[in-house]
Amino acid sequence: MKQDIILAGVGGQGILSIAFVIDNAALADGLTFKQAEVHGMAQRGGAVQSHLRLSDGTIWSDLIPKGEADLILSVEPLEALRYMDHLRPDGVIVTSSTPYKNIPDYPDVAEVLEAVRRAPKSVIIDAEALAKEAGTAKAQNIVLLGAAAPVLMLKEQSLLATIDSLFRGRGLPILEANLKAFALGKKAALGS
Amino acid sequence: MSQQILLGDEAVALGAVHAGLSAAYSYPGTPASEILESLVRLSAESGAFKAVWSVNEKVAYEEALGVSFAGKRSLVSFKHVGLNVAADPFMNSAITGANGGFLVVSADDPGMHSSQNEQDSRYYVQFAHIPGFEPSNHQEAYDMAREAYDLSERLGLPVLMRLVTRLSHSRSAVETRQARAQNELKKGAGKDWILLPANARRRFSQLLDQQAEMVRYSEQSPFNRLELNDRDRSLGVIASGIAYNYFREAVAGNVGAPPSFLKVSTYPLPEGLIRRLAAQVDRILVLEDGYPFIERQVRGLFGLPGKTVSGRTDGTLPASGELNPDIVRRSLGLAPLPSLPPSGLPLANRPPQLCVGCPHADTFKALNKALEGRALSNVFSDIGCYTLGALPPYSAIHSCVCMGASVSMARGASDVGLRPAVSVIGDSTFAHSGITPLLGAARADADMTVIILDNATTAMTGGQPTYGSGQELLRLLEGLGVPRAHIRTIEPLPKNHEANVQVIKDEIAHPGLSVIVAVRECIQEQRKKKRS
Repeated sequence: MKQDIILAGVGGQGILSIAFVIDNAALADGLTFKQAEVHGMAQRGGAVQSHLRLSDGTIWSDLIPKGEADLILSVEPLEALRYMDHLRPDGVIVTSSTPYKNIPDYPDVAEVLEAVRRAPKSVIIDAEALAKEAGTAKAQNIVLLGAAAPVLMLKEQSLLATIDSLFRGRGLPILEANLKAFALGKKAALGS
Repeated sequence: MSQQILLGDEAVALGAVHAGLSAAYSYPGTPASEILESLVRLSAESGAFKAVWSVNEKVAYEEALGVSFAGKRSLVSFKHVGLNVAADPFMNSAITGANGGFLVVSADDPGMHSSQNEQDSRYYVQFAHIPGFEPSNHQEAYDMAREAYDLSERLGLPVLMRLVTRLSHSRSAVETRQARAQNELKKGAGKDWILLPANARRRFSQLLDQQAEMVRYSEQSPFNRLELNDRDRSLGVIASGIAYNYFREAVAGNVGAPPSFLKVSTYPLPEGLIRRLAAQVDRILVLEDGYPFIERQVRGLFGLPGKTVSGRTDGTLPASGELNPDIVRRSLGLAPLPSLPPSGLPLANRPPQLCVGCPHADTFKALNKALEGRALSNVFSDIGCYTLGALPPYSAIHSCVCMGASVSMARGASDVGLRPAVSVIGDSTFAHSGITPLLGAARADADMTVIILDNATTAMTGGQPTYGSGQELLRLLEGLGVPRAHIRTIEPLPKNHEANVQVIKDEIAHPGLSVIVAVRECIQEQRKKKRS
């Protein structure tokens, strides 16, 4: 069994934290994984993506071939569309509805969301609102991780344990906000 | 042993530590920065070895060579173009040889994600006549580090490991081994290290004599792997480094055995294995991320009689750029996998840009204003975040060549009458390679203006320390002979815009050398400090 995930967003939106949680959960679950990420120049407010591959067998390529991605998990709706041709015909898009407009020619948001909805399976989450409800707007990435959790081939327990190890050092309120963000994201996805 | 989640860069670093590393040196550069970053962290934890950010790659290389001469195991790491900076000691260290194991890690950037070119470090391996390693995955990166030290000490030579961005910046779990002890200090063979012509000639012929042994090593290395498919002789694949993964990915879904293949991970090439593959098949497809290094050697000038050699040079693969699983799949004649079509919506590009509130933005606004109406002005710039000043809305710079080039190029342009000749360079880049050209410009009092963007860090690569910042930088400028009256400082903030424009205008008008230091800390670093 395998699962190929494209994490998408804009530099600085925290997709590497999502990757960190999934990598560690995969290790705890005894899975093999490879996760290719973007460092350097593109991190400065540019489009960034991470190819994250999980398997119970051998993983060869660090990059996901076109047509192999099972899931696009995006912190930003326009960025979710950028990698659609990597998705298998029955693949899933989980994305935030909150645009990150740092470019002059950002398309009409309603059109962007409409294009996401044209994918066979999509889950659109108001991650900004849910993160604020959880206690910090910074937790939008963890809201989306929670929204994707039901389709991930990982034990929820392993994800939560890694969130714990990632945020415990930053103080209990931040940890609790992130755990709540995860729960709210999951609930929203299951209800959508 | 235990499993750890590591970047490719970190796997090499930890492999070196567990192989008995005593000291490591580097200058930051994507995609190699994380090697020394992780060594700095590990060194702080254990205190057992040194990990130092050097002033530039040449200095780093020589520091590491000194460690090796003292008998200890050393590492130097940099991005591919960093090896150009270090090329002088690199080439000569192949002649002197090494004493303690010496691992040179050069991280190439096929596709130029964050670089000016996509040069292939394997040519340097061949150029210097030393052994090279090219891992295809994290475990190999870790394991090869120890293997490289053993080989380095056995042959008495530096050994180069070539990484590519895709492995440097990919994470996976690595099985680690028991760490071994460091070397004791050991005096080496003194004469070998004095490259007077008589010694250098003797050493070079010894190096050439060692080539056959290196080829034999490659032929026996477990990192290279030949698998022959007796049923299908139509195609044989030679795949090196990370391209090997794309090949295996593409044929993993095939019914039956894959075509005959040779995985290449060490250099010089395992010639015997290549001959065995070639004898077995009609056509050879060479897959390598980077230049057609293997492909050209296999084909030679006259080709292989009766065989076809395919790859980047005959159009089977693109002549340039990074490989990926889709390109490799196509080169093997396999149909694309079914996938969703693109969204159909025209997707606006989202290029990288200066952070909101970046001090460079204010400097560029002031510089643009000061240069308004000057048709001939040329702003030579350099390598760093401020290279993004080339993009709108600033469009403020007109060159980016290599570290420090802005200062020397402004001098050259000024010498032939270009006015104003302006150079824009960051504080870390200035320390790296801007000091020497400024020394020459100061001696000549060249009519040019150098703007040093002092944000007190090496920002683009993630905030490594810098050697020429603040008061030290100002004293350095005086010491270089820049006239005291024409060393000016500005604080690049919106509220100072008018005043800053005036300073730049005044110094451009001055018919001699002037240096303006724009002092404001990188906002990313400010944020980091606030958080901790």
